[in-house]
Amino acid sequence: MTVQLSLQGLNKYYGPVLRGVHAVKDLDMEIRQGDIVALLGSSGCGKTSTLRMVAGFEEVSQGKIILAGREIQALPPVRRNVAMAFEGYSLYPTVTVRENIAFALKAQRESDADVRAKVQDVAEMLEIAGILDRYPSSISGGQQQRASLARALVRKADLYLLDEPMGQLEPQLRTLLRGRIKFYIKERGLTAILVTHDQAEANAMADQIAVMEAGVLQQFASPEQIKTAPANLFTGTFVGEPPMNTFAAKAVTEGDALVLRLEDNVVLRYPATDFAPEVRAAILSRGDVMLGLRPYSVRMSRTGGSPAQVLANQWLGDQTHIAASFAGGTLVLVEHDRADVQVGQSIGIALPADALHIFDPETGRAISHGTEMA
Amino acid sequence: MDTTGPVERVLRGIAISLVILFFMFPIFWILLMSFQTNETILRVPPSMVFEPTLQNYRALITGRLETQTSTLEIRFMSNLYNSFFLSATSVAVGLLLGVPAAYAFARLKFRGSEDIAFTLLSFRFAPPLLVLLPLTIYFQQLGLSNTYGGLIWVYQLIVLPLILWIVRGYFEDIPADVEYAYRIAGHDFWATFWKVSLPLAMPGIAAAGLLAFIFAWNNFIFALVLASADKQPVTVGALAFVTASGIQYGQIAAGIVLSITPTFLLAILAQRYLVEGLSLGAVKG
Repeated sequence: MTVQLSLQGLNKYYGPVLRGVHAVKDLDMEIRQGDIVALLGSSGCGKTSTLRMVAGFEEVSQGKIILAGREIQALPPVRRNVAMAFEGYSLYPTVTVRENIAFALKAQRESDADVRAKVQDVAEMLEIAGILDRYPSSISGGQQQRASLARALVRKADLYLLDEPMGQLEPQLRTLLRGRIKFYIKERGLTAILVTHDQAEANAMADQIAVMEAGVLQQFASPEQIKTAPANLFTGTFVGEPPMNTFAAKAVTEGDALVLRLEDNVVLRYPATDFAPEVRAAILSRGDVMLGLRPYSVRMSRTGGSPAQVLANQWLGDQTHIAASFAGGTLVLVEHDRADVQVGQSIGIALPADALHIFDPETGRAISHGTEMA
Repeated sequence: MDTTGPVERVLRGIAISLVILFFMFPIFWILLMSFQTNETILRVPPSMVFEPTLQNYRALITGRLETQTSTLEIRFMSNLYNSFFLSATSVAVGLLLGVPAAYAFARLKFRGSEDIAFTLLSFRFAPPLLVLLPLTIYFQQLGLSNTYGGLIWVYQLIVLPLILWIVRGYFEDIPADVEYAYRIAGHDFWATFWKVSLPLAMPGIAAAGLLAFIFAWNNFIFALVLASADKQPVTVGALAFVTASGIQYGQIAAGIVLSITPTFLLAILAQRYLVEGLSLGAVKG
């Protein structure tokens, strides 16, 4: 597939270049035509700065932005052919919702009948057909947000930028619209960047997720890869709910077995056959490692396993979250049924080799995921 | 929902009436004075009963002031015209310079923007008398003394900071995303300024313009020192009523009535904007 958007060595400084606040650091990214890419990260991670540089609202300090074969970083927004949906309150207050949505279509000189049909289509998709003739001040925040989204999606553009487009919607509506918007974008073969801090939204809508932190792109991969093979400790602990558990460990050999020594004399022993030889060698050569455990892949065992003591047991209606003190820290695990363990009770923790993510504690980089090399 | 009882409503009505009476009485008294001769005005005790006369207004409009001893030429109507011309032109110039500047201060980040904005505001701190002495000398050297241009320039000290600070607050209240949305939909910076930012800030601009007009209209000291009789506004022209044969209270009252009428009408017309503009722009901004 062809590359639609290419970010090359993108840097953003607020204030003087090299001395100001470095909001985006050496960002390289290629987005394929027809893909939806989610920029995921906490507040201040650089995702909105990146989006605004692509839109042309923020100056690019260094680097290039190439959209559909054109270098656009020096062009004003009007000449970039990019559509954008804003987080909220961006409608023109003096005209109706219908005119707001039709605005760009009219600027592109489409016929009245076409404009009417397209506006109606997109409004029905986003459940705002009933408020088309109202003014922005008389509709709710969620409706304003959907009108802004409609205004972006209705027009033709080389790229669609969606900045937290569903942040103000109720959960049920958000779930419904996620699917519809994805279908709308995919059906037309559009390329879109979605900025969000909602992991479920990123997982549900995106072909690729770009995880950002402190202005640095941490990982750019499919939602499955981000879950199963986080590139580093940050991605591992940031993506996933409840978050990944981490424990410091020392890797040694005892006979043929690979042994991980944790605090409080917790020892995890894995037979030679559990890991591929190169994985085993990589872990052993690092010695001190950081162990990452997804709450969903940790198992509670009543017959054996490493000792732990239950600190909390929460039944959420469809799953149980259990927090236990383990190896000098706290371990969270998820059971799919109601678990009949009491606070204070001793339990065993089973950690199969394929549940382990092993990271370099200094660089944070992943060494292995399960029994495979990272 | 109105939860006040009937007693409270009546008391509130009385309180409001008292306040209105308190503030409006001087104006009402001046209105009465303007229809009286000096003799009836100055009698003791004062009375609200008198035979109304239009002679004060006639004197102002014809420009002939009859006193007990002589007839004086006065230029009240030309003063009134000067007031109008100076205030309107000053506000127009102030808006032309102040609105784009206010936008820049509100939206663009540039070095020293806060300092420049504050410096402009600080023009309002300086007592006019302190500024006037050097200004008089400069104006004489530059040939600006007793010119409309010179006065309009000096009036910017009054109107520009006012316009700048009120309108700036208004521009800051417009979400930047509204402008971004318009720009990304295919319009350049200038089109966005004209079609989105200016119309949205219009109540603030109207309020600032009106206030600036009132301040300019009421100015006394600048025109007193920097202009001679033919360029002076009503505020200065009213001095002519202090004559050798006494103070012409009747004509002063009529002069006041005539000179507050334009600003009064303007304020009524733009009352809605004024309240909105002041509360949203100056306070929130």
